[in-house]
Amino acid sequence: MSAPLLAVRGVETFYGNIMALKGVDMDVNEGEIVTLIGANGAGKSTLMMTICGAPQARAGAVTFAGKDITRLPTHEIMRLKIAQSPEGRRIFPRMTVYENLQMGAAVEGGTHFEADLERMFEMFPRLKERIGQRGGTLSGGEQQMLAIARALMSRPRLLLLDEPSLGLAPLVVRQIFEAIRTLNQTEGLTVFLVEQNAYHALKLAHRGYVMVNGRITLSGTGTELLARPEVRAAYLEGGR
Amino acid sequence: MDIFLQQLINGLTLGSIYGLIAIGYTMVFGIIGMVNFAHGDVFMVSAFIGLICVLLLTTVVGISSIFLVLAITLVVAMLFTGLTSWAIERVAYRPLRGSFRLAPMISAIGMSIFLSNFVQVAQGPRNKPLPPLVPDVIVLMERNGYQVTLAYKQIIIMAVTAGLLFGFWWLVQKTPLGRAQRACEQDRKMAALLGINVDRTISLTFVIGAALAAVAGVMYLMYYGVVNFADGFVPGVKAFTAAVLGGIGSLPGAVLGGLLIGLIETFWSAYFSIEYKDVAAFSILVVVLIFMPQGLLGRPEVEKV
Repeated sequence: MSAPLLAVRGVETFYGNIMALKGVDMDVNEGEIVTLIGANGAGKSTLMMTICGAPQARAGAVTFAGKDITRLPTHEIMRLKIAQSPEGRRIFPRMTVYENLQMGAAVEGGTHFEADLERMFEMFPRLKERIGQRGGTLSGGEQQMLAIARALMSRPRLLLLDEPSLGLAPLVVRQIFEAIRTLNQTEGLTVFLVEQNAYHALKLAHRGYVMVNGRITLSGTGTELLARPEVRAAYLEGGR
Repeated sequence: MDIFLQQLINGLTLGSIYGLIAIGYTMVFGIIGMVNFAHGDVFMVSAFIGLICVLLLTTVVGISSIFLVLAITLVVAMLFTGLTSWAIERVAYRPLRGSFRLAPMISAIGMSIFLSNFVQVAQGPRNKPLPPLVPDVIVLMERNGYQVTLAYKQIIIMAVTAGLLFGFWWLVQKTPLGRAQRACEQDRKMAALLGINVDRTISLTFVIGAALAAVAGVMYLMYYGVVNFADGFVPGVKAFTAAVLGGIGSLPGAVLGGLLIGLIETFWSAYFSIEYKDVAAFSILVVVLIFMPQGLLGRPEVEKV
């Protein structure tokens, strides 16, 4: 087996004196959808931000495409073609949808901008209707679509998605997950997905990890994890 | 009517200068939430750079075309003042980023004192005069011996300001740099996640603000024909007031605020008393802030986060 695209080894991250990640190991291979599930405050988003160098890991190493990125500043990591659709979406509220997408393409250099824009409109036709509107005036679902589209504008090798289903109607969630699956199947996009919506995430993903209190406690394929009684008890009861 | 017209011209000229300085305050506040108290002194330094440059060009190099001298002076002043401001940000503000909120502000006050004292020591404490560069005026109308005049230097100030503001607007709205700047202003962390070098963008913001202040400095020097080391303070505070009046963080607001402060000041001096012109300008500020705390063009907070 070839080396993973993203490798996280023994990563420890602190907020002040509080240890948020207590030695995390995780791999994402090229072409995979990998999901990380866990309860509120388990450290899922912290892991995602640590991969992006904000905050940086105090111990351990993060390797992307064979390059050690643990100590690189955030903007240099992102220029290696990692894109993130972050927690809370973080759309620029006083920029138009168009400008938000332009910002997404900042790394890419703008040579494919028009073509990529058309691709996004195909995937999320809603964005086309809203093109001149300010980001802050969009609905939550539209903002989520914009956040994902903005991340895709950089033509990433690795797409990091932090809770894309949060606060959205089931129909919109299905639409977004469908878009992720299509991207993975048709273009071989590698995706690392952090989710609380464990059922959908595990259905979608090739492999999954379960995080509890800053540690990975379980891992396996999506179907394996879905079948585990402890996963069902902790994350799926009542969910489905 | 004739006094009114004359004061309108004078007020717009002065307001242009305030507006140019105010943009520097409002941009820096927008992007890092800090009031750069040294900005007024950066303006004063630029006037000195302009003074030295004009004297060198006219006496040592011997250029006789006054417009060429002005053009070169503007470029040189923008360059060196931008460099000064870049260095200030690098030395005095960047290391304090992430520190408690007041730290960079105190550091800015320190830089302000450093700059004015440095100029006082290096250039001497007295007024530095400059022979009138563009003394010609156009008489617009004359009645009962009262002339309404429009000086060439006033035309230059207003035209350069207008041109510069247009270029600046284009930079902020239409170029990748301007977009990166607005992105950093709205969400620095997200900008970094999109591959924007935030530190570099902040540095450039300081440089651009200083370059605009440099134009204001050269204009101020040309208009009044005299500058001294303490001249950063009052115009600096007035420009800051203009930025707050227009709505701090708002670029059109800074320009509008600058023009208003300039107009209020000149009209008050003409119709009431010149001694109380600053009182008038600041009183208006107080009244506006009581009824519109976000300033005239400050953004209303209606966004979803």
